[in-house]
Amino acid sequence: MYDIKALYEAGSVAEAVRLRVEHPEAQIIAGGSDVLVQIREGRRAGVELISIYGIDALRGVTLDEAENLRIGSLTSFSHITRDPLIQRHCPVLGEAVDQVGGPQIRNIGTIGGNTCNGVTSADSASTLFAWDAVIELTGPEGVRRLPIADFYLRAGKVDVRPGEIQTAILIPRESYENCYGHYIKYAMRSAMDIATLGCSVNVRLSPDGTIARARIAYGVAGPVPLRAATAEAVARGQIPSRALADRFARAVLEDIHPRDSWRAAKDFREHIAVETARRAFCESVRRAGGELA
Amino acid sequence: MSKSVGQSKLRVDAFDKVTGRAQYTDDLCDARALVAKVVHSTIAHGMVTAVETEAALAVPGVVKVLTCFDVPNYPFPTAGHPWSTDPAHQDIADRLLLNRHVRYYGDDVAVVIAQDEVAAVRAARLVKVTYEEYPFVLDVQEAMKPGAPVIHGELRENNILAHTQLHRGDYEAARQEPGLIKVEGWYDTPTVQHCHIENHICYASMQGGRITVVTSTQIPHIIRRVCGQALGIPWGQLRIVKPYIGGGFGNKQDALYEPLCAWLTTQVGGRTVKLDCTREETFVSNRVRHAIRTHIISYVRPDGSFAARRIECFSNQGAYASHGHSIAAKGMGAFPQIYPCDNVEGDAYTVYTNRPTAGAMRGYGIPQAMWAGECHIDDVARALGRDPVEYRRQVVMPQGYTDAFSKNVNYYDTFRQVMDKGVEAIGWAEKRAAYAHQTGPVRRGIGMALFWYNTAVWPISLETSSCRMVLNQDGSVQVQTGETEIGQGCDTAYSQMAADAIGVPFEQVHIVSTQDTDITPFGTGAYASRQTYIGGFSIQQTGRLLRERILDYAQELTRQTRANLDLVDGRIVRTSDGQVLMSLGELATEALYSLTHSVHLTAESTYQIKNNAYSFGCSFAEVEVDIPMCKVRLLDLVNVHDCGSLINPALAEAQVHGGMSMAIGYGLSEELKFDPKTGRPLNNNLLDYKLSTTMDHPHLRAYFVENPEPTSPYGTKALGEPPACSPAPAIRNAILQATGVALDEAPMTPHLLFRAFRSAGLFDEEGGAGHV
Repeated sequence: MYDIKALYEAGSVAEAVRLRVEHPEAQIIAGGSDVLVQIREGRRAGVELISIYGIDALRGVTLDEAENLRIGSLTSFSHITRDPLIQRHCPVLGEAVDQVGGPQIRNIGTIGGNTCNGVTSADSASTLFAWDAVIELTGPEGVRRLPIADFYLRAGKVDVRPGEIQTAILIPRESYENCYGHYIKYAMRSAMDIATLGCSVNVRLSPDGTIARARIAYGVAGPVPLRAATAEAVARGQIPSRALADRFARAVLEDIHPRDSWRAAKDFREHIAVETARRAFCESVRRAGGELA
Repeated sequence: MSKSVGQSKLRVDAFDKVTGRAQYTDDLCDARALVAKVVHSTIAHGMVTAVETEAALAVPGVVKVLTCFDVPNYPFPTAGHPWSTDPAHQDIADRLLLNRHVRYYGDDVAVVIAQDEVAAVRAARLVKVTYEEYPFVLDVQEAMKPGAPVIHGELRENNILAHTQLHRGDYEAARQEPGLIKVEGWYDTPTVQHCHIENHICYASMQGGRITVVTSTQIPHIIRRVCGQALGIPWGQLRIVKPYIGGGFGNKQDALYEPLCAWLTTQVGGRTVKLDCTREETFVSNRVRHAIRTHIISYVRPDGSFAARRIECFSNQGAYASHGHSIAAKGMGAFPQIYPCDNVEGDAYTVYTNRPTAGAMRGYGIPQAMWAGECHIDDVARALGRDPVEYRRQVVMPQGYTDAFSKNVNYYDTFRQVMDKGVEAIGWAEKRAAYAHQTGPVRRGIGMALFWYNTAVWPISLETSSCRMVLNQDGSVQVQTGETEIGQGCDTAYSQMAADAIGVPFEQVHIVSTQDTDITPFGTGAYASRQTYIGGFSIQQTGRLLRERILDYAQELTRQTRANLDLVDGRIVRTSDGQVLMSLGELATEALYSLTHSVHLTAESTYQIKNNAYSFGCSFAEVEVDIPMCKVRLLDLVNVHDCGSLINPALAEAQVHGGMSMAIGYGLSEELKFDPKTGRPLNNNLLDYKLSTTMDHPHLRAYFVENPEPTSPYGTKALGEPPACSPAPAIRNAILQATGVALDEAPMTPHLLFRAFRSAGLFDEEGGAGHV
């Protein structure tokens, strides 16, 4: 039994926006795999809900006119993993969300919910940060787009304004073209777990074999997902090698600031951050067709 | 005649359970039942000075709020032990239905009764409790120090619930022998929870002045006694019903919320009140497994033989006595038996702390004892430069060993037989050699551990079993016992035993799965891995009684010589020529409807058992350790058991798989954690408490050595708990071979590996480059 005051169901984006304006206190619910848990825990007890789960227009992955990857916010994790466009242009995202919870959660959970929940451990978030994803929101004033790094305001808080719902996540063509990545979820068990640390790396190699661009993002290395710019600068223009992987990996310590908590100690998370960076970098280079000198 | 025993018969409840037809407590509860929610303490230790209930009572739908100031003053024990008529052996009565003196974070302070769950939960949040706070203590050895906060001042002047000792020979003199090698270690096990699928749930109502409690329990007859004690009413005023349950593993071998629920219905005019624990409550406010810290010293001669050994066990009881010292005592009892030594000294302490109450959990002290003992034996083998298997062969209990107290006899050379089987199954010699000198970041290892176990509770406690059988018109038979099906499959094993004892096909036996203390013969329930062993005595005896009555009646009907009649596969047979004279169905119909001699053919009997049986085995584990990632991957896990003759091989294998699964979590990931500043449990949910998943398991392999147990009518002995006893130290010993790092604390999580590998210099050794 859930302590829910009212449930309003939206059949379209326009209706969802209208309900958001009419019920400013109401909580948006999509798959419910986070929201229902929060209600049960008492954090949102007695809540009013606006369900957007029935808006099929927000499901599916497409390429827009500019060939940006457009992922409807209600697309489930399991659909993302199996989507041919994701598999062709950004397979690492499919791999990352395939590590969320278990099969049931991946069938009900949505990428929009995963990002709007605002937690640093979300399995999609570090990869979306590493691929410079753009968040699309639709509200009474129309459509607004912003970089994912700006969307996360602080732990548990994202930039969804009154009247708005998140309608899509875009990965720009410039971001995915000729890019190859790898995600390592570090958790305490092999399923049904949240990340102790998540590390997503991707590289683009130049025709001469040097690294044109390396990007690295983390979950649980700070209150919100974050990029490690120092490491990215270390790799830029360099010939891939094991020594470079080491320098790249150690450089992440300049930018990450994981917590010391009962769930994991700071020094342990830092150790794992370096090790996962090294491994994800090497695997990304390998996937890009490069070799490690 | 065809035998049912020994065949892999399909579980009698298989289809009902997988299709959802099987009814559990919540399925049976009237939808109009009132819902009770317990208000738990939010401090670890203190005295409740006031409970404000006005706001809670104002919530629409709330019927009543009861507090620790309202409950009857009958301190009661909760352990699921048979009652002892000797006061000196009775369990400790140290709690009330709700407690003013709260002794752990999560203690029961008040209860809201409401028309539905939402109202009850809302109101429970509004109950305001005021406390006078006391200092608290979580660590077992801290709790033993002078000046530690005393948790049960009304019973003990300090926190030591019990202290027992072990003396054999002269330890002090023996350790002076020249040339001895001293091996010493401290070994820690964590507080873990059973995590059965179905949380504890019960509901109670009154009719005719009597209270009925339907509950998810392992021990209905014991629950009736405890409820009577807690409410101060005659035990016959209570009726306890136990339907199918979704696992227990010992947590439900305790009176949990049945006494409180029984009292609640008396406070609302006998209306049905349901109390359904959340998972969070189950972790904290039911029972947990004792965390035990063990200190072992062995003085070993260069030839490997033991000169002297000493053990100290510090068992963290938590806030209330529950099963108390029985757990540590059983664990210490194994120490001088598994590796006999002439000079042994031991001390076991069970100590109150401000943690959740520890009770029974699968293995009952033996998983902790085997963690310490089998880690230590590998440490000894390592100190001597000996192969762990070869060394154990030298020092383990010999065939013919007899325990002076239990009178248990090691009739076969079981330990060496199970090791032989395990060695072959896992390829010990080849892998041990192959993994001997590894370098690099990812290394493999192989390890093993033995376990000691004994079946049932004789001679410490009563062992008795009762059974009733009733013949139906068609020749089928209802069978009832006081022993309970808790998922382990005893309904199926009992049906097989009954079929053979009576002389009917398996399909003709209808086991009555539900125990109802108004109609089920007396029995103490499911615990101590006793069901198949203990139940077998009364089932065989009662089956033979029924069979004799059937044959007596057959003599009347057939006018044949009584000595020439037999009941085979549900048919009355003349043994002299094998002629089938009539079916049992024909006989039964005649017996019930006969105009000349109508008789209801039944049998009922009790068998008191004054035996016990050893049940031994071992585990072999192969691991791959990723040193920089601080991770262990379990590649292979083999358990070998001698549980006597198998009643149902498929169910036996499944039982072993389940125990191995629990032990994997025990060894690698599970631990209930507490905030040292407040005593608050930190991870009492299935996300933060890392129960291992199937994805963390290798293919689990179970093997058996079937030495028939001479004291059992079916040659069987314990298998329920034994599978959980040895995998964790086997994994530890495999990690030891892989890395050279001896981990002495379970669970061996990445957090622990990180600190241990860093201390051992393994990260530096690997350097940074070239090892991805």
